[in-house]
Amino acid sequence: MTLLELQQIKESELAARKKIVLRCCMAAGCMSLDAKGVKKRLEKAVEEAGLQDEVEVVGVGCMKLCCVGPLVQADPDSPLYTNVTAENAPAIIAALKGGKAKLEQADPQSPFFTQQKSIVLANSGRIDPERIESYIAVDGYAALLHALTEHTPKDVIEVIVNSGLRGRGGAGFPTGLKWGTVAKSPGAKKYIVCNADEGDPGAFMDRSVLESDPHCILEGMAIAAYAVGADQGFIYARAEYPLAISRLQNAIKQAKRLGILGSGIFDSPFNFNIDLRIGAGAFVCGEETALMASVEGKRGTPHPRPPFPAEKGLWDCPTLINNVETLANIAPIVRHGAAWFSNIGTEKSKGTKVFALAGKIQNTGLIEVPMGTPLRTIVETMGGGAPDGRTIKAVQTGGPSGGCIPAQYLDTPVDYESLTTLGSIMGSGGMIVMDDSTHMVDVARFFMEFCMDESCGKCIPCRAGTVQMHHLLEKILARKATPRDLAKLEELCDMVKNTSLCGLGQTAPNPVVSTLRFFRNEYEELLLPETNGPPPATHNGSSKTPAATTAI
Amino acid sequence: MAVKTLTIDGKTISAEESATILQAAEEAGVIIPTLCHLDGIYDVGACRLCLVEIVGYTKLMSACTTRVREGMEVTTNSERLRNYRRMTLELLFAERNHICAVCVANGHCELQALAYEQGMDHVRYDYCYPKWEVDASHRLFGMDHNRCILCTRCVRACWHIEGAGTKNVSGRGNQSRIICDLNDNWGVSKTCTSCGKCVMACPTGALFHQGSTAAEMQRDRSKLEFIVNAREKKQWSV
Amino acid sequence: MHQSTPASAASDKRFKILEAHIKKFQYRHDSLIEMLHKAQELFGYLEDDVLRYVAWQLKLPESRVYGVATFYHFFTLKPQGAHTCVVCTGTACYVKGANKILAAVEEHAHVKAGGTTADNQLSLLTARCIGACGIAPAVVYDNTVTPRQTPESALEQIRKWVTP
Repeated sequence: MTLLELQQIKESELAARKKIVLRCCMAAGCMSLDAKGVKKRLEKAVEEAGLQDEVEVVGVGCMKLCCVGPLVQADPDSPLYTNVTAENAPAIIAALKGGKAKLEQADPQSPFFTQQKSIVLANSGRIDPERIESYIAVDGYAALLHALTEHTPKDVIEVIVNSGLRGRGGAGFPTGLKWGTVAKSPGAKKYIVCNADEGDPGAFMDRSVLESDPHCILEGMAIAAYAVGADQGFIYARAEYPLAISRLQNAIKQAKRLGILGSGIFDSPFNFNIDLRIGAGAFVCGEETALMASVEGKRGTPHPRPPFPAEKGLWDCPTLINNVETLANIAPIVRHGAAWFSNIGTEKSKGTKVFALAGKIQNTGLIEVPMGTPLRTIVETMGGGAPDGRTIKAVQTGGPSGGCIPAQYLDTPVDYESLTTLGSIMGSGGMIVMDDSTHMVDVARFFMEFCMDESCGKCIPCRAGTVQMHHLLEKILARKATPRDLAKLEELCDMVKNTSLCGLGQTAPNPVVSTLRFFRNEYEELLLPETNGPPPATHNGSSKTPAATTAI
Repeated sequence: MAVKTLTIDGKTISAEESATILQAAEEAGVIIPTLCHLDGIYDVGACRLCLVEIVGYTKLMSACTTRVREGMEVTTNSERLRNYRRMTLELLFAERNHICAVCVANGHCELQALAYEQGMDHVRYDYCYPKWEVDASHRLFGMDHNRCILCTRCVRACWHIEGAGTKNVSGRGNQSRIICDLNDNWGVSKTCTSCGKCVMACPTGALFHQGSTAAEMQRDRSKLEFIVNAREKKQWSV
Repeated sequence: MHQSTPASAASDKRFKILEAHIKKFQYRHDSLIEMLHKAQELFGYLEDDVLRYVAWQLKLPESRVYGVATFYHFFTLKPQGAHTCVVCTGTACYVKGANKILAAVEEHAHVKAGGTTADNQLSLLTARCIGACGIAPAVVYDNTVTPRQTPESALEQIRKWVTP
């Protein structure tokens, strides 16, 4: 593959394009509502109307407003048809030739769409994720070619450092710094891993990116591999995402066929291959050391860091692990430059962030906004607030590792630091809106049950501590707990946070801590008065009776 | 070999650069409590009892897996650490059924000894009282899952010293359990060599010699380090 | 110790397919999870014979294979019912009433989540999050994701499979 050939593919793809491209969302949400049937019927309707030469029907990735799928739209400014059924097809086609269709529509000029800023999702809902030519037509793989021919690996890292990109998986570690560490780590063999184990319940950004634009992940990985000196990549994807997996498999096959993956890519000495690894349902595998154990075919238990994966990762070789959304930013940054990217967002959080809006909110779906956008803009202006006349009580971010931000803080700008100050985290991008019918102690219990079930069992604080915390929360909800039990819960939160081996345990208490911080009254209302039992239990060492012998 | 100088609990000490904080502390006569660590077996940092504070580190670090560094200032015994250790032990006691009075390892148990040492005189959490079984199918040894603390010392001894790979952990979270082969009865295991290394490694009464009754189960845990030194360093120091 | 091919493997052609798959991955130890996926796809669940076969082919200790198979939720060591109903209990589904759907199905079919009905007609499962939060609450009936479920709509589907 050469520059010329890449351009030829782009040109012939553009030349073959018909006057009207009717896009049908073919992401998992719409697919579950018969998007496939809709597309088929639309194709038939085009033929029936004799418009084959003018109109083509294309399956595209996520068109973002998931709550009213299946979605169908011609060009981005034309009507966006919602809740489309196969029966609507003739009317949609008829409307293309002028006239108004009496069909359900959403306004493409509504804030849900206009307030978005697309970098990661730029191609989502626009290109056909199953055809590499469709990606090349929007300058896909041009960034890789540019990096390989115009930049040294060092230059590429510098671009990423200067862009200010931070990891989108949750912790927000500077991506360029991570790349630099792997590049500097000695070793002939290096690996790169794309973490597509999107485990946070309520998060589906990565699924959408993989389903909508799989090639941008491959391109991001290839650029990263070139920069750090890796020749083998793995994508670790959740088994729960069969559509994403099949689109990735297909994309890898196509890229290999065109020589964009393999040996001597773009006639350079750079070799790179990608293998897909399918997870098997373990939240802890989102933690990088556990993920590596799983890629090696083992039980997904984490190990203490250091050593960090950058020094000793897969098979003890230096390994770069980046999240899906992080990698999706790479090609655009290389294409448009570091300055372009760092102009978007806030001082410390650059670029955009994709959020999956869900829960008690009018417009559930996928949004991408510049970092620093106020939470209120996201949930009220764009999301349309809570449905059924209810009011928003809190917004949960960061999944089981995050926290609940109460409504009075809705004007907080969404960036890494601000969310951390509020006791939550940016997390991977799940944003669950809760209305006034949600009981916060129940939410805390829900997440604690999740962490208890997902604990790998290796370290004691997480394995046994989550069980006790869950038990105490159940006790509180059953109105059987006393203030002393609440104190025990808080003490355990502190202990599990500070002593657990990996991120799962270290963040497991967060939902409790955060709901206690803002909704303490909801806990206290459920407590019984303190009974006149034995004095508060502390360990002051006065009694020498071993617990062990008096345990039972 | 490079030597690093560091302080542990205010005491200035020097240690080989490959040493862990735990090894350096031991050399200097500072005792850090451990449960999943056993000399001779590689460390996994799972029990979290050996956590220490290091100046400049935001997180607590496990002494058994953290290597010494020049100028490190380590605290092993703060009030906070002692508190966490007691809580860890309480969690363990509440997790399964540890009844010392009737246990084969009474008086020879690392968990019991640690509870004494750390002043853990009662358990404030509700006991879980799980129903775990006892595998008495092996002609020489037995396994009582009720007394298991999942330290995986037996698994590591089986894989890395004996090399048989008979034992492993199955399940996850609080449903984790030590198994033999394909969750077979120990007595019918096709891979177990009956070498007894797992029994030597066990810190509690979970693994025991058949026929032992309360307080009878003693074991020589230093044998494992002896074998490893003999094999790897060609040193037969008894 | 010498172990030969498990007896049942000789006649069952599913083992042949599995063997071909193992060979395709060059008997690599790191392909274990991939092989368990394939085995479950072929056999429906991971029975002891299948696990022993995978261990034997990959030359891995059986304890390692069992340890991995029981670590991941996706693998099941027990046979599944004729139909499956997977209730998503991710956060978005949860706040929109997934627990009520689950309770309704449990009550109607007399089966707890994770179990199979006595007549082997239905396995009731929960998922951590299937990423279909935009159409919450979602339930997967026999591999078909179905959006915006209610206890009533779920029971309507379940009644086709199970009579209480």
